[in-house]
Amino acid sequence: MSTALAIEATGLAKRFGDTRAVDGVDLAVARGAVYGVLGPNGAGKTTTIRILATLLRPDGGSARVLGHDVVAEADAVRGRVSLTGQLASVDDELTGRENLILLGRLLGYRTAQAKARADDLLDAFGLANAAGRLVKSYSGGMRRRLDVAGSIVVTPELLFLDEPTTGLDPRSRNQVWEIVRALAAQGTTVLLCTQYLDEADQLADRIAVIDHGKAIAEGTPAQLKTSVGQGTLHVRLLDPALRDDARQLLARALDAEVALEADPTALSVPVADAERASEAVAELARAGLGLASFSLAQPSLDEVFLALTGHPPDDEAEDDEEVAA
Amino acid sequence: MSTGETTRQPEAQRDDVVALNDALLAGPRPPRPSAFAATAAFGWRGMLKIKHVPEQLIDATITPVLFLLMFTYLFGGAVAGSTSDYLEYLLPGVLAQSVLFTCVYSGVSLNTDVTKGIVDRFRSLPIWRPAPLVGAVLGDGVRYVLAAVVVVLLGLVMGFRPEAGVPGTVAAIALVVVFAFGLSWVFTAIGMVLRSPNAVLNTGFMALFPLIFLSNVFVEPSTLPGWLEAFVDVNPVSHLVTAVRDLMQGDAAAGRIALVLGEAAALVAIFAPLTVRLYRGKS
Repeated sequence: MSTALAIEATGLAKRFGDTRAVDGVDLAVARGAVYGVLGPNGAGKTTTIRILATLLRPDGGSARVLGHDVVAEADAVRGRVSLTGQLASVDDELTGRENLILLGRLLGYRTAQAKARADDLLDAFGLANAAGRLVKSYSGGMRRRLDVAGSIVVTPELLFLDEPTTGLDPRSRNQVWEIVRALAAQGTTVLLCTQYLDEADQLADRIAVIDHGKAIAEGTPAQLKTSVGQGTLHVRLLDPALRDDARQLLARALDAEVALEADPTALSVPVADAERASEAVAELARAGLGLASFSLAQPSLDEVFLALTGHPPDDEAEDDEEVAA
Repeated sequence: MSTGETTRQPEAQRDDVVALNDALLAGPRPPRPSAFAATAAFGWRGMLKIKHVPEQLIDATITPVLFLLMFTYLFGGAVAGSTSDYLEYLLPGVLAQSVLFTCVYSGVSLNTDVTKGIVDRFRSLPIWRPAPLVGAVLGDGVRYVLAAVVVVLLGLVMGFRPEAGVPGTVAAIALVVVFAFGLSWVFTAIGMVLRSPNAVLNTGFMALFPLIFLSNVFVEPSTLPGWLEAFVDVNPVSHLVTAVRDLMQGDAAAGRIALVLGEAAALVAIFAPLTVRLYRGKS
């Protein structure tokens, strides 16, 4: 019964009214991997994850999770996976500790065991001092950590994480990443939905990019990034009057199309490698086109999209509603 | 900002990683909880909410308390000849009113769970599927009893003396609570359909007010015009209040109690499966 794949989905489809939220998604996720599903709001990420976590029935296609069919054997799947949804699934009107005790009891621990487990988790997630406070007084990062703690009261074989860091400050984001890495190191398979290329890049072994309910690219982070180049050079000048000179110089030096940004002093240009970018910046300085600042950014999700689809991601949030966690 | 996020030293961070890795090793997975254990856990959750959010209980109880005071002292003499006679008549009705208003909050809580997303967590757990609903409704039973006790205590202070004494009063409260279990499934079904907790609250109160006023809670139906009396006579709230008065006066008729229990059972039979269905299908 044991297969090498944790998730095996073929032709998954789900429509809401006239909207095809998921329109033929295939996924093959190896056991023990961290698999990123990358896409903008409304791409169908949340719907996909909800189908795989047995919360929604697909209209078409099929999926097996840890060897069990998500429709016919939903209960077997539920016994082995955990879901951290996009809306933090915590109870505002209970304390952090009570939230975890409740989940412990619902997973089959006796009350005393559930309390001990809750205290261990609160310690490990840096929430011990807030354990007795109502969750409605928690910050976004604390809620998220409690939510993830709730997902591992019993170590799942597979964890679904739906945009775990959307709306978090960088510090809380790093803490959540740390937890995901620790889980992966213990052998838990993680399916991570995210809007951030950076997050998928940091955590995932493989990434599927989805748009309008379809997977449009799949591969390792390195493969995906190669398809869009190394990133983008952003330059700000001291004098907006010199922008056209700078544009010509950069276009020649980097052999690429230079975009003029809304800010009258700013330009950006895609670059293939960092070395050539630094030479181009030096040339700008030598030419006396005074620089206010410059930076080399990783390709953004927008750029990945542009490269893969030829259109920027449009933000028509269908099911992946933006959440202020 | 919060006590859990103070600046940390590097060695403290290493300790955290160790603690984190320890915590991830949960040990063997316990066996699945029984339907009873899962339901009990949700009942416990409901009671914690009474402790943490007592405002809801106060909100639901304050209106009946005001009604009891206002009607007794303002209208009692006019309606029944004396305030003490009217209190005898009114108190069982207000007892029912108080508990029935509390029922609305069963729907409000469920709607809050759905709109906040915690239902996803519960639905992805390998538990008896109606447990969150049944546990919540049973936990709300504690609220019903508290709401009933508040009204009875206030009545005692105001001079109410039930002829049937403690056993009759306890039986009366029990009957109201049983009927409330039935009615609460109506509000949980409403809670699954409407979009916000506030909408559930408003709809629930709007539905209850006419049922309570157009009953025998405040006045003898025989004083009403015929068409209104006809409605009052078929209103289940009237049946409940009549049975409660009987129990408190010590001349309970089995047929009247059976009617109330039958109505409660009918509400459960229709609205409990409906709520469970809506809950399962919730996307």
